[in-house]
Amino acid sequence: MTQTTLNGILLDEHTELTLNDLCRACSTSAEWVIELVSEGVLEPVNYQQTQWRFTDVNMQKAQTAARLQRDLGINIAGIALALELLDEVETLQAQLNCLGLNDE
Amino acid sequence: MDYKDYYKIMGVDKTATQDEIKRAYRKLARKYHPDVSKETDAELRFKEVGEAYEALKDPEKRAAYDQLGENWKAGQDFNPPPDWDAGFEFNGGGYTEGNAADFSDFFESLFGRGASAGSAGYQHAGYQAKGEDHHAKVLIDLEDAFQGGSRSITLQSPELDNTGHVVTKQRTLNVKIPKGVKQGQRIRLSGQGSPGMGDAPAGDLYLEIGFNPHAIYRVDGHDIYLDLPITPWEAALGASIKTPTPTGTIDLKIAKGTISGRKLRLKAKGIPGKTPGDLYVIPQITLPPADTDVAIELYKKMEQELAYNPRSKLGV
Repeated sequence: MTQTTLNGILLDEHTELTLNDLCRACSTSAEWVIELVSEGVLEPVNYQQTQWRFTDVNMQKAQTAARLQRDLGINIAGIALALELLDEVETLQAQLNCLGLNDE
Repeated sequence: MDYKDYYKIMGVDKTATQDEIKRAYRKLARKYHPDVSKETDAELRFKEVGEAYEALKDPEKRAAYDQLGENWKAGQDFNPPPDWDAGFEFNGGGYTEGNAADFSDFFESLFGRGASAGSAGYQHAGYQAKGEDHHAKVLIDLEDAFQGGSRSITLQSPELDNTGHVVTKQRTLNVKIPKGVKQGQRIRLSGQGSPGMGDAPAGDLYLEIGFNPHAIYRVDGHDIYLDLPITPWEAALGASIKTPTPTGTIDLKIAKGTISGRKLRLKAKGIPGKTPGDLYVIPQITLPPADTDVAIELYKKMEQELAYNPRSKLGV
């Protein structure tokens, strides 16, 4: 079977998404994204300007936030807390991993 | 089709109150939420719990389910008896926690697909006509991040066939893995998600990169860690040691008096990129076994001639 190889776009800290992109990716409203920004969950790269731009890290966070809210009924403050703790767990696990202490 | 014991899945008694069922669901949903849980089967468990809750939270569905009888065991081959649901009315509306597309054949044979048509999942709601985005994880080898490469991945996604039934479709995609990817980074494949409605474009497919465990290296972001076993004399006297790196063997200088566990940084020898990562070499001093006369003799000689007390700081 012949198959073409798909060339994707690698999303990194240089990928910039508009508020609109972000809303579409999370199937949510601009108001909801703005709420996440004012809670400090999301940080646009150019906060001062009128046309916000977001990195892919922000998009991943927003998507996780949307899932947490939909599936667990967590409010914005709870989402902010959960994301921070999840981040911390991930960092600690990476550190364990680098010390070779992770038995996974 | 297997019979599913929804009470067992929820970990509650058949006599549990609606309130107890709700609390059990909340607890399990938090425990197995795929964004929260690190367990490998979390997603499966989460869907299972969502389905069980969908059946039990609605007193009508629950009563109908209970009616099926006590004799079924989980996993047993199941066909709903005719008229099993006579006298029950499912209105099926309202808020539902689960994503109806994920429910099992067992659930659908009882309550039908329409039973959860009121799904509040964001993806289904509203005006948006662009296809749904899909998400998948792909595991690559560390070498792929250095050289780039392509990976063939197989995805399963539910789709509607011509007769309107949901079938699980398998498709295989060949995806280019760009050089320099790191753990958790994503690749977006435009138009590889669900087809759009009407003339609207299809959704995108997001692939999240993960690394297969490597035999000798550990990865943290762009950086790579390597444990390098060295001998006591290499550590004490300094040496030039052949060291593997992902791009080939190098000669690494070990300073005199090297200590176990103190990281040596090799700049820009980690995962390549605009800002390449570093390679950290962690020397581990290993002792040669005293299993020959010569070795025993040498250890004894050190004991006699080296005035060394590693416990001097402990005051003994």
